[in-house]
Amino acid sequence: MELKEKIAGKEPFPGIVHETPGGGIVVSTFDSIINWARSNSLWPLSFATSCCGIEMMSTASAKYDFSRFGFEVARASPRQADVIIIAGTIVNKMAPVLKRLYDQMADPKYVIAMGACAISGGPFFYNTYSVVKGADHIIPVDVYIPGCPPRPEALLHSLISLQEKIKLGMTREQIRGESKV
Amino acid sequence: MTNEEIKEYISSLAPAATYDETGEWLNILVEPTALKPLMAALRTGKMQMNYLFCVTCVDFKTQLTMVYHLSATTHRQSIVIKANVNRETPVIETVCDIWRTAEFLEREVFEMFGVQFTNHPDLRKLILEDDFKGFPLRKDFEDPINMIKL
Repeated sequence: MELKEKIAGKEPFPGIVHETPGGGIVVSTFDSIINWARSNSLWPLSFATSCCGIEMMSTASAKYDFSRFGFEVARASPRQADVIIIAGTIVNKMAPVLKRLYDQMADPKYVIAMGACAISGGPFFYNTYSVVKGADHIIPVDVYIPGCPPRPEALLHSLISLQEKIKLGMTREQIRGESKV
Repeated sequence: MTNEEIKEYISSLAPAATYDETGEWLNILVEPTALKPLMAALRTGKMQMNYLFCVTCVDFKTQLTMVYHLSATTHRQSIVIKANVNRETPVIETVCDIWRTAEFLEREVFEMFGVQFTNHPDLRKLILEDDFKGFPLRKDFEDPINMIKL
């Protein structure tokens, strides 16, 4: 909980203002400024494999509009994308395609597993010869959103959670270590 | 044509045929050896069954049943032809040369049930990986890695 508070509701720009006559100087670290910049400009890849994709499109369109949070435009090429939202079931034949898309994305790259299928194989298709039981068997996942499909609000929440995670600038191991305390 | 007329016509082509009218369409069960000539006659003869809209298979554990859904677009009529095949060595003649669409439909039945279609021009798996082992739509299909046994 403390970890969450550490990042949520913080100042809009990292650093402190050092007052000088006639103005001020912002004192900060490069890392936190870079993380701040990255977190506010995450372009998602246009990638959807089933019904969660419809919710993702809804989140992108006028009513919810994730560009308000810096998710600006969905990119059709993995070379230009920063985050991949796995929206839908991943089947065994799709797995190498997903892996390749992830490999083609430029670092730093982030992954959101959207919905039950991307988390665990899904509520309908889990007992099948053809479905991958969770996208994290193929690529590492940063944020999981439950739901079938999750509402656009839930997707927005996960996107903001991802931003907080990036702003924190910690590795997964560091976050685990901190949240145990 | 009424069902009675169809039955009379088909019995003249395949005398061993049996009928089932409980469903939406007239079901005709024929011997697998009699299937090919009957199908050819249905396409070119007075029934004008010019559209094969579904080829599938059912695993009854004792045997596999091939199911062909035929339709005549000119007469607005549909019938179902079925044929039982042996489960251990399922072999049946292809109908690709009568309806070209059967090429893909039979490839799907081949990968899912393992039915061998003789004289098929390109009998490969349709959707599954080439090295996939087993026939996933058979009742006794087991996949200990991906499937929970119910």
